[in-house]
Amino acid sequence: METMEKLPTKIITTESPKYKLIAENIVASYDGVVAVKNVTMKFRDRAVTALIGPSGCGKTTFLRCLNRMHELTKNAKIEGRVLLDGEDLYTNKQDPIINRRKIGMVFQKPNPFPTMSIYDNVAAGLKLNGLRNKSVIDDIVEGCLKMVYLWDEVKSDLKKPGMSLSGGQQQRLCIARALAIQPEVLLMDEPASALDPIATQKIEEMINELKKEYTIIIVTHNMQQATRVSDYTGFMYLGDLIEFGETKQIFENPRNETTARYVQGQFG
Amino acid sequence: MITVEQRAEFRKHFRYNVGRRLVIDKIVKGVVFGCVILAIVPLGSILVEVITNGSAALSIEFLTQIPGAVGSADAGGIGPAIQGTIVLIGMSSLIGVPVGVMGGIFLSEYGDNRYGRTVRFFNDVLAEFPTIVIGIFAFVMIVLTLGNFSVWAGTFALSIIMLPIITRTTEESLKLVPITYREAAFALGIKRWAVITKIILSQAKNGMVTGILLAVARIAGETAPLIFTILGSSQFMDGFNGPIDALPLRIWRLSSLPYDNAVAQGWGAALVLILMVLSINIGVRYIVLRKKGRGLKLRMRGGAL
Amino acid sequence: MMRIPLKSGSRFVDKFFKIGAAMAATYVLAIILLIVVNLISGSAPVWQKEGLGFLTGSNWNSEEGRESYGAAPYILGTFVTAGIAMAIGVPISIGIAMFLSELAPKIMRTPLSLIIELLAAVPSVIYGLWGLFVFRLYLKDWVETPLHNMFGDNSVIFAGAPFGLDIFTASVVLAIMIIPTISTISREIMLAVPNSQREAAYMLGATKWEVFRLAVIPYSKSGLIGAAILGLGRAVGETMAVTMLIGNSTGAAAFPTSLFQPGQTMSSIMANEFAEASQAGLHMSALIGIGLILFVVAFGINIVAHLLVARVIKSHEGAVQA
Repeated sequence: METMEKLPTKIITTESPKYKLIAENIVASYDGVVAVKNVTMKFRDRAVTALIGPSGCGKTTFLRCLNRMHELTKNAKIEGRVLLDGEDLYTNKQDPIINRRKIGMVFQKPNPFPTMSIYDNVAAGLKLNGLRNKSVIDDIVEGCLKMVYLWDEVKSDLKKPGMSLSGGQQQRLCIARALAIQPEVLLMDEPASALDPIATQKIEEMINELKKEYTIIIVTHNMQQATRVSDYTGFMYLGDLIEFGETKQIFENPRNETTARYVQGQFG
Repeated sequence: MITVEQRAEFRKHFRYNVGRRLVIDKIVKGVVFGCVILAIVPLGSILVEVITNGSAALSIEFLTQIPGAVGSADAGGIGPAIQGTIVLIGMSSLIGVPVGVMGGIFLSEYGDNRYGRTVRFFNDVLAEFPTIVIGIFAFVMIVLTLGNFSVWAGTFALSIIMLPIITRTTEESLKLVPITYREAAFALGIKRWAVITKIILSQAKNGMVTGILLAVARIAGETAPLIFTILGSSQFMDGFNGPIDALPLRIWRLSSLPYDNAVAQGWGAALVLILMVLSINIGVRYIVLRKKGRGLKLRMRGGAL
Repeated sequence: MMRIPLKSGSRFVDKFFKIGAAMAATYVLAIILLIVVNLISGSAPVWQKEGLGFLTGSNWNSEEGRESYGAAPYILGTFVTAGIAMAIGVPISIGIAMFLSELAPKIMRTPLSLIIELLAAVPSVIYGLWGLFVFRLYLKDWVETPLHNMFGDNSVIFAGAPFGLDIFTASVVLAIMIIPTISTISREIMLAVPNSQREAAYMLGATKWEVFRLAVIPYSKSGLIGAAILGLGRAVGETMAVTMLIGNSTGAAAFPTSLFQPGQTMSSIMANEFAEASQAGLHMSALIGIGLILFVVAFGINIVAHLLVARVIKSHEGAVQA
């Protein structure tokens, strides 16, 4: 007996609200170490926001708080609110497994499911969430593979194992897998750091296209990448958000001294 | 490009069967926990039964006297069996430990080649041999040759069982010593044999001792190979070329007798044996835990690979 | 202050040491060779008499002048008991491995692993003792008798009034004995699945069980099968507990047909009959012949298990390089 949950009613208009995702007063720790001290950030819809900062500044931990992945870490603690379209993902009485699928995530190293084909990798999240209609699944798989510029490369044989692709292709496959569950927001944790420059370029082109329809938040240690793909940038250091603003302003005219020293390459 | 509107459309197809999925998750968790209970209960029962039934039979006489005549009221004791087990363990270690340690050294320090791989493979094969077959082998090789059951035969069989375990644990312990130790020593001009014996071995000491003790615990409990080699006896040992008793063998014999006092003795002997074996196993854990064994995962009979 | 020799005289010591180590390593190979040779020579008489019929026949007659031996019932007995032990033991072991690797709260992990290790350390003869005087009675009253009363008249496998010393009891105790082996290895294999796989599944909105189903099990399948086969190897070679519980039948009566009949395995017949086997005549040779068959079976199972595990390691290396 399936129980049909009522879909939250949302009014979809072509003019979307200014901020798609708002993280308020996030304090996150694991194993007793506080990694994110009290960070508030607002992410604009259909824009790319980059999170930069030196190693250990808490940007990845913060990212993982946005889709409730942080609580899976050992001894993890978290406070604060994360509002997606106005709804707090932490207190909306929905199980984390529902809240997690509202936001897609791509990880540093490509991690497709090794025993599955290309098709099955993309469709994995759909089958998990009860989608049975084969033609709908086919449409979504094709749509997602097209969005990540993989469709032409793999359409001749979708049943090939996911691992038979190159590193860059595998990462795009993982992005397609994340997009397949129809999230509004896409989180990317240094998605190109394990890839060669050509593959990286493809991914950056893809991000520039995707942002027309998605809200993207990307953690990167590569400052040039941040300037290439992002509209807004947040600079974090030792668990605090030091400065946040338009990318152009952060890199050309930083208002904070630490920011200035970081973007000039004086440390990190 | 999948637009916002298309996304909303697609999402309508999700079945949102979350309730059912969460219930299945809970059920699986319950089933899995049930499996754990199924494993704990037998151990608990064994320990309880051995301790309750066995302690009734314990006494100084029990531990030191020879068994009485079968069926008589005075059941005597299991002295010879205890002596036998200790003798057999000691003698087997005299062979098994040196050969096993040297074999482990070979595999770890000289064994990165085809020959080493072959030896390693067959070592693992020997480690998983049915021990009764090893007993038959010792019977044919030693008992038939010498013409009688003897301590030699039992020692031979047990040393074969012990050997691959010690080789494997020694190799693993040595491999855990970082290569930088060897490189630094070689750079100083120290000869290889000295590097191994004086520097590497001392680093690997914990793991090796653990492995040896676990091998000892294992052969202490082996019965099948003894059936074919030592015959068992109601007397204390009389020379290495004669029969001898041992705890596991005596337990087996006692359990098949139709007399209550014999069975009671069997539980007593089982208590002595299990105390011996379990205290080695638990004691070894403390050595490993205390020295924070650098991730040394010991493959024992239970966790053998 | 450690005296470390640096003089070149120790070049010879170096050589001797290496040769010594190599000899120790070769000892293993020599032993295995000797085992094979001895088993073959010791059993040669019965092979000469019975030929391959030894593998298929079911006679078991040690009377002088009418000796005839066939190992078929015991070979089947070994496979049936091991098979039932696997059917019971493998699922439980996987469940335990799941619990220990994914679900157990921190405080439970060490004591539970300890308990599993202790289960592995209990000597076989004590399992037999416990089975004989304690467990068998529970099985007889709570499982065997009800099953026999309900189905005994209509089915072959539940036929025969159960006394507790039978194939069923031996198989269940055997299952308990192989659980530590299979669950420990399975747990290690599951823990070896990279966390990134689990995270991908969580990101899609999976429950803990679904993460296991999507990310852990497919990744570790071959390894788990290898673990199961190692458990099978142990079940096949297990002697004392089986000997004490299986009821000791011989000849054609030992063919396993009902769960509740007394049976015999290859290892149990060797243990049971060795003491009375005279060396004049073929009896001893027949027992050694069974030892040879058991060796071949166990060896074969072992090779399969090692090949599977080697394949797991290879395929993971391929995955990691991506």
